[in-house]
Amino acid sequence: MMDNKTAAVKMRNISKTFGSVVANDKVWLDIYRGEILALLGENGSGKTTLMNMLSGIYFPDEGEISIDGKEVVIRSPKDALDLGIGMIHQHFKLVDVLTATENIILGLKDKGKLDLKAASKKIREICDMYGFDVDPDMRIYEMSVSQKQTVEIVKVLYRGADILILDEPTAVLTPQETDKLFAVLRNMRDAGKAIVIITHKMHEVEELSDRVAVLRHGQFIGDMPTKNTNAQEMTNMMVGHPVELNIERPEPVDPKPRIEVKDLTVRSIDGIVKLDNVSFTANSGEILGIAGISGCGQKELLEAIAGLQPTESGSITYINDDGEREEILGKDPLAISNMGVMLSFVPEDRLGMGLVGNMNLSDNMMLRSFRRGRSPLTDRKSPRKLAQTVVDELDVSTPGIGTQVRKLSGGNVQKVLVGREISSAPTVLLTAYAVRGLDINSSYTIYDLINRQKKKGVAVIYVGEDLDVLLELCDRILVLCGGKVSGIVPGRGAKKRDVGMMMTKLGGNSADE
Amino acid sequence: MFDIVSFFPRAVMQGIPLLFGSTGEIITEKSGNLNLGIPGIMYVGGICGVIGAFLYEQSLPSPVDINGFLAIVIPILACLLGSLIMGLIYCFLTVTLRANQNVTGLAMTTFGIGIGNFFGGSLIKLTGSEVPSIALSATSACFSKSLPFAKDLGWFGTMFLDYGFLAYAAIIIAFITAYIIKKTRVGLNLRAVGESPTTADAAGINVNRYKYIATCVGSMIAGLGGLYYVMDYACGVWSNDAFGDRGWLAIALVIFTIWRPNVSVLASILFGGLYILYLFIPTGTHLYMKELYKMLPYVVTIIVLIVVSLKKSRNNEPPASLGLAYFREER
Amino acid sequence: MNNSKQGPLVHIVKRGALPRWRAWGIRLIAIVAALIVCAIVTMTVTGEDPIAVYATMIDGAFGSERKVWNLAQSTAMLLGVSLAVTPAFRMRFWNIGGEGQVLAGCLAAAACMICLADKLPNGLLIAVTAVASIAAGAIWAGIPAFFKAKWNTNETLFTLMMNYVATQLVAFFVIVWEVPKGAGKIGIINQTSQIGWLPTIGGNKYLLNIIVILVLTVGLYIYLNYSKHGYELTVVGESERTARYVGIKVDRVIIRTMLLSGAICGVVGFLLVSGTDHTVTTTIAGGRGFTAVMISWLAKFNPVFMILASLLLAFLEKGAGAISTSFGLNHSFADILTGIILFFIIGCEFFISYKLSFRKTAKKEAE
Repeated sequence: MMDNKTAAVKMRNISKTFGSVVANDKVWLDIYRGEILALLGENGSGKTTLMNMLSGIYFPDEGEISIDGKEVVIRSPKDALDLGIGMIHQHFKLVDVLTATENIILGLKDKGKLDLKAASKKIREICDMYGFDVDPDMRIYEMSVSQKQTVEIVKVLYRGADILILDEPTAVLTPQETDKLFAVLRNMRDAGKAIVIITHKMHEVEELSDRVAVLRHGQFIGDMPTKNTNAQEMTNMMVGHPVELNIERPEPVDPKPRIEVKDLTVRSIDGIVKLDNVSFTANSGEILGIAGISGCGQKELLEAIAGLQPTESGSITYINDDGEREEILGKDPLAISNMGVMLSFVPEDRLGMGLVGNMNLSDNMMLRSFRRGRSPLTDRKSPRKLAQTVVDELDVSTPGIGTQVRKLSGGNVQKVLVGREISSAPTVLLTAYAVRGLDINSSYTIYDLINRQKKKGVAVIYVGEDLDVLLELCDRILVLCGGKVSGIVPGRGAKKRDVGMMMTKLGGNSADE
Repeated sequence: MFDIVSFFPRAVMQGIPLLFGSTGEIITEKSGNLNLGIPGIMYVGGICGVIGAFLYEQSLPSPVDINGFLAIVIPILACLLGSLIMGLIYCFLTVTLRANQNVTGLAMTTFGIGIGNFFGGSLIKLTGSEVPSIALSATSACFSKSLPFAKDLGWFGTMFLDYGFLAYAAIIIAFITAYIIKKTRVGLNLRAVGESPTTADAAGINVNRYKYIATCVGSMIAGLGGLYYVMDYACGVWSNDAFGDRGWLAIALVIFTIWRPNVSVLASILFGGLYILYLFIPTGTHLYMKELYKMLPYVVTIIVLIVVSLKKSRNNEPPASLGLAYFREER
Repeated sequence: MNNSKQGPLVHIVKRGALPRWRAWGIRLIAIVAALIVCAIVTMTVTGEDPIAVYATMIDGAFGSERKVWNLAQSTAMLLGVSLAVTPAFRMRFWNIGGEGQVLAGCLAAAACMICLADKLPNGLLIAVTAVASIAAGAIWAGIPAFFKAKWNTNETLFTLMMNYVATQLVAFFVIVWEVPKGAGKIGIINQTSQIGWLPTIGGNKYLLNIIVILVLTVGLYIYLNYSKHGYELTVVGESERTARYVGIKVDRVIIRTMLLSGAICGVVGFLLVSGTDHTVTTTIAGGRGFTAVMISWLAKFNPVFMILASLLLAFLEKGAGAISTSFGLNHSFADILTGIILFFIIGCEFFISYKLSFRKTAKKEAE
């Protein structure tokens, strides 16, 4: 422990429950100035809840918080700001229709007239100081994810925060953007600010942090200087038992073209080109990874194949086992399935698209199958049976199949969704961010399910954000950059750095590297 | 020949209650509250003004003794108080108790119209007065007093200067509201609350306070619309259900003007004109045609709704969290 | 400022699921509290003691066989419109145009009765009238649905405006068809011949209406909970994206569901004109389109609970009407009482999903 410094923040005995769920159970945590603390834990271990109590979003059921040795009560985000605590949430807290400047000065109690020009000037100064690149007069809805994050950071700095909390800040960034962010964070640490970063990426912890603290199931497990530990030890602490950190990658068996995409071009409603002449082939018995900065066309690509995205030009051909070719572009999901193409899709937005949160497990199973039969009434029996099968086989922890899906944890929601999608014996499986927000055990369950589909000869298209996972899991990786195919590389032997370069620049080879 | 000089002032006078109503609803909606209780609130505003004026007039030995200042201030205060209470009920239910805004609004409208018609019909009996009907002509005279020289200025005076002070107040309030929403810190914070309460909250804005204040101020402004209608337009005569559906048109105007009170000034006069156009269209002996012309404001509203929905733009959208309750610890 | 040791005075926490009996207990308490407040309000206005007031109310609603039938008829009509708006609400389509859809049905029924009276045999005329009313109601609801489905036009205001268009249309035809000229009303249609009138069952002119509505209730319950259509519209209401994802044609479902909504309103209009009133006026729908929104919501969109909610509101209307008459008050008094009771029922939902924790517990732990 760093006894030579007084703790900027002391949290003692903090507990918080939501309904019957215990999110934090008597947690102790110290945060020091001039130090980057990595708060580690699996999803659902209570990291975000704990930090939300520090930033005034939640109010603890019990426990004390003191800042610089003085006990405080943080009733609202305003109290937290007044104490110099600023949090950058995973889901950005920005008003889309306002400009960066308006967002940054929101809620400030400055005297006098609203002077947007002066504020913009001050924002530019902060940007220059830390090397940010943001246009203060740009509206948020016109910005990329990393620009939005920059606005969030500037917002916290503008308010003079000296205790910064970042909740999974790198989840949406490219390796290059991540490096830049880390440099900024180190600058701020050296300027004497206290920084907490919530993450579950081990290599980032090792690269950036000075100290780590681990939570598990809402309880504080321990903390230690980063240099005295390693990834395996931290993971074991997070999970509570030793885990194998390798992902299996069987060799593809008899790969044959299954989906052929040619010159696919997609425009959004606003007329922005989302996919630009994309061509590739996905083979049976193979996992094709799709890498790219978030929002560079992955969503549109999958949705176009699934028949959910209006397209401008190009073709998507499905080739069955006998080599017969059928065009599926321009057909809606119902038409595609009526053609006998067994296409399954695990979308990014599980509860907003893949499942209905307010319906129970059994009713959610019906989503795909409710049309079966001629009766105008729905068949309730077989979905119930399917739900029970999924619960048993994938080890979904739920009170029963009559439970509303939104009441399940993220990992179990995903198991229900994947379970339903593979129950129809698909020949093509599309997955988008299949392990986002899942804990390590659930993630490995999902990788395993995907691998089993691959061994059955299914053509899997796997859109992911964690390059390490993509490189370990996929047979080939297609890299998208701004809606264009930047390159397709074999998964075995590809270098993370190269793929990262391809994500930011077409082809990836730049002159200055 | 269409008589614009007599048509325009009547359109304005029809439009002013709509302007009060829509300005009030815009402020409310900017905070993320969709208050469908506005029609009821306007009834309450009107009847409270009537009650205030009625009690004051009854306390006078003779209508001649009326004090112009009190005759105006008492009804206005009564009106503001009544609509404030309505606003508070709405806020308590939807903000503090997080009830469904649509249902609460409709219940408020039932309740408010009930209050208006009940007291309108029973006031004389309840107070044991001996007048045959509520006709507050003395008070009304104070409200509709216009500039003394307006009539001397010909068509210009009749069209622009010959209104009671509340009409000008409505226009001024609309412009001030537009300025506050667009140009000030309070307006910026208000917009943030309506767009994304989580963001506003995280930025240190007291979301519930903004919602309460915006909704209550909005209700009071809307209530003035009811007061203007009965005191100025209807010459102080309350008749049940006479205010009609103006409250709903006011809400429609909010979408029509894309949440801009300054545009509402012209739009409400336009709607006011549509409302009375049937009086100016010659129908000869076919009197039933007038019933069809009365459809105009509603048909135009429908067309406007369709046109607005056809051209989508990020800057023309309603506040993003309109109609949704906010709970900070939502997961 | 922040170094005070006090936490917030009252702190709101979301509850887990509450057992059903406790949820209903809370609602019951709210209704009782509302009745007490109503009694106080009534006392201040009338000066009567509250027991007498409630006795008057109960007498006004259940006092005689005729009153009970009246109550049953009011309940049935209210229930009919509530049933009609429910499929739309399940789909999160805010149809507050029940009023206009009923009026359209009424107008079509009256038109058939007036124009076809001497052209068709009675049985056929009734069938044609029924079909015309249902079609009129469905068209009136279908127009806003079409624009909602195609361009996402705001349905709340659209359906609302359609009410007024319908009202003016009725006003127009009332003058066209007025009997005698200049009366400003149509009067009882086919009064002597009774052509186009629905038959009475056992001499009771309300019984048929009530039976039709009860059949509709059961039918709608099955439709919403067990049919493929019901499942589709629930999915659309929960999430349009999910619906598209599984290949449900959202625009088609929106239009289909609203046609159903309007058709049921048309049935109510048909029953009102052919079954009981035998005339049409601009106020024949009587604000039921708005009350129905609240009933449907109070009953959590469940047709069976809607029977209770309709009965409650019909009882209030009749009971408060009786208070008004016997104490010489204006009839709008009923609306005030209805409003108060609604506020309490709406507000009590909060105590079902949230609970309050007070500061003293926080203090104890700080020690």
